[in-house]
Amino acid sequence: MSMTEKHKKLEKNVTLLAVAAFAAVTVGGLVEIAPLFWIDNTIEKVDGMRPYTPLEQAGRDIYVREGCYVCHSQMIRPFRDEVERYGHYSLAAESMYDHPFQWGSKRTGPDLARVGGRYSDEWHVQHLENPQSVVPESVMPQYGFLAESPLKVQDMAANLTALSRVGVPYTDAQIAHADADMKVQANPDADTGGLTERYGEQVNLRDFDGKPAKLTEMDALVAYLQVLGTMVDVNAAAAQEDLATEKGR
Amino acid sequence: METVLTRAGIWLVILILAIAGMALAADGPFAVHMGIVGIAALIALWATVTRADYSAQANAILRAPADQSRYDDDPIRWGVIATVFWGMAGFAAGLLIALQLAWPILNLEPWANFGRLRPLHTSAVIFAFGGNALIASSFYIVQRTCRARLAFPALARFVFWGYQLFIVLAATGYLMGVTQGKEYAEPEWYTDWWLTVVWVSYLIVFVGTIVKRSEPHIYVANWFFLAFILTVAMLHVVNNLDMPVSITGSRSYPLFAGVQGALVQWWYGHNAVGFFLTAGFLAMMYYFVPKQAERPIYSYRLSIIHFWSLIFLYIWAGPHHLHYTALPDWAQTLGMVFSVMLWMPSWGGMINGLMTLNGAWDKVRTDPIIRMMVMSLAFYGMSTFEGPMMSIKSVNSLSHYTDWTIGHVHSGALGWNGMITFAAIYFLTPRLWNRERLYSLRMVNWHFWLATAGIVFYAASMWVSGVTQGLMWRQYGADGYLVNSFAETVAALHPMFILRAFGGLLYLAGAVIMVVNVWATIAGRLRTEKPMHDAAYDAQADRPAIAPRPVLAPAN
Repeated sequence: MSMTEKHKKLEKNVTLLAVAAFAAVTVGGLVEIAPLFWIDNTIEKVDGMRPYTPLEQAGRDIYVREGCYVCHSQMIRPFRDEVERYGHYSLAAESMYDHPFQWGSKRTGPDLARVGGRYSDEWHVQHLENPQSVVPESVMPQYGFLAESPLKVQDMAANLTALSRVGVPYTDAQIAHADADMKVQANPDADTGGLTERYGEQVNLRDFDGKPAKLTEMDALVAYLQVLGTMVDVNAAAAQEDLATEKGR
Repeated sequence: METVLTRAGIWLVILILAIAGMALAADGPFAVHMGIVGIAALIALWATVTRADYSAQANAILRAPADQSRYDDDPIRWGVIATVFWGMAGFAAGLLIALQLAWPILNLEPWANFGRLRPLHTSAVIFAFGGNALIASSFYIVQRTCRARLAFPALARFVFWGYQLFIVLAATGYLMGVTQGKEYAEPEWYTDWWLTVVWVSYLIVFVGTIVKRSEPHIYVANWFFLAFILTVAMLHVVNNLDMPVSITGSRSYPLFAGVQGALVQWWYGHNAVGFFLTAGFLAMMYYFVPKQAERPIYSYRLSIIHFWSLIFLYIWAGPHHLHYTALPDWAQTLGMVFSVMLWMPSWGGMINGLMTLNGAWDKVRTDPIIRMMVMSLAFYGMSTFEGPMMSIKSVNSLSHYTDWTIGHVHSGALGWNGMITFAAIYFLTPRLWNRERLYSLRMVNWHFWLATAGIVFYAASMWVSGVTQGLMWRQYGADGYLVNSFAETVAALHPMFILRAFGGLLYLAGAVIMVVNVWATIAGRLRTEKPMHDAAYDAQADRPAIAPRPVLAPAN
């Protein structure tokens, strides 16, 4: 029986045709995606990675809301020019708590994977309010409204709970103190002992937007930008050794 | 009577839920969206109650239902209008954001900043313009090729209106900053759930119509539509597995993070191209090209081979969006190899389409609709060659993150999807509204040339821009240091951004001519002009097979 004769069976039965077509389109996805959930270098933990603080996560939500990812990547490729321009190439583990990932696909603006700590808070605020005032060639829109908008999150604990349900290891204490922690991080006068106990000594504690009296969306976004790429010490020798021996690369 | 009551009841429940959602909303955008849902439910409720034909239902036993001897074309007429409308919205949004990149002063914070308008543009052209074109043409084609009326006519109408509600929710959401932050999958969780309901209904209507067909064979266009509907359902559901923060709030967090999230997203994203913009539009091509050329499809055997190899190979190609990222190398390599292999089945479709014109090539000169179809297939061929080339890792190391990708996408979207859709609209409009011909075939010709020139400006400027960008980023001086700051590379692209916007303006101008032409055709006007060739149409033959042949009065 020729191929076309055999194919007539499928052509005359919509159920068979649908089942065969569906089978054909499932294979590729299964083979490529499923292993990522158990091979070493996509699920490894590296020292220093921690979930975002409530303020950083609120800033990340603003980053997502404003569609920053359509112009800025967060994924440095292992090329000499990219490493010199942006810093060490990105590791899988560095976006393990990113729901959603924000690797991006286009660099209308520069990569932001390691922008944390590269510029001052004042620079970020001025740049977001009027990008052309600090980078005349820039084509970035203005985001001055962030400095005017109070940070309104109805229930930050609910956000952290949702994140913990999809696998971010927030502790009960972190969830319980989410709203307070969010306010404390940007308030230089507050008692930050609890926050550093829950998220570590490295957390940036300061007023980010230059308006200590107000907690604004600008505070949250700058807090997020300032932590990007700073959690992991990528040049530590141990990390390189692990990379050499892990399975699945 | 029961159906009217049931339907009215369902809309009433949705209305009450929407009001409750509005009252309890955790954030402003969610309240606005529930308001939109409420208004839609109210309109549906009003339509159900006032438009029910109560006397007909009372006499249902005695009276025949709607004219069974004609195809069920109402949702298709709406679909053609919706396609033209959303196309204009999407092209205009595209022109605006192109101008914003050339002159950032055109951003109006916060609502109309580039970051919020860009998803509006992509969703409007892909899902609103392309999606309506696919739904309308699939309903048209499946009826004709099965010689059967649409199964579940009420559900088909729900698919159309439900899909429009999805578009309105998605579009208004982007302006308010409601987004999941995943390209081409931006709508939030409740909009995704709604689309799932609409999409399953679409599958039911489509398969139901095939089941009641009068032709023994399922025509090749329907294989492609079926693969498109099934695969998009799978991709949509898996990529939108989310955890809502609150059932009365708009925010959710995706189930997958980091590297897994990235691959699931690009498995979705690439196959949105593969199945939405390729398989679905190939189905349109497999019907409209032979009809307009009045020639059978070139090769039945080729259609079998390229259908199965296309749908099998496409799904593997997603990782080529993640070359040199933290995705494991083997997955990147698989993605690259399969993308290169994909070149052949893609060209199978182009060859089958173009060779259908064997013996009718003169029509490229005389028939402007055929001309559009040929240009569309030519752009399909070019983009499906360029795509595999760009997925080769060494090429991708230069092209990725640059405007080259944007140019590539637009040669496919404006050239292939746009042109074949315009051709389909020009084919459908006179037939659906029972007109002798289009208002003007010469205006189709104008549209053709404006669109083609627009694409040339667009693609050429983005090639130059992309390669410039890629080379400037990696340029080293004799001293061993990077030569260009990032800002310098942005400044270098300014002229190209202006040229690109000009290309977009030409393309939009062509579409405006289409709006006039379609409008005048529907209004029943005919432009006095030197005639051009068009395919013949016999309205009497355009009927489902179950209908008795109309009895013609014998000539005296």
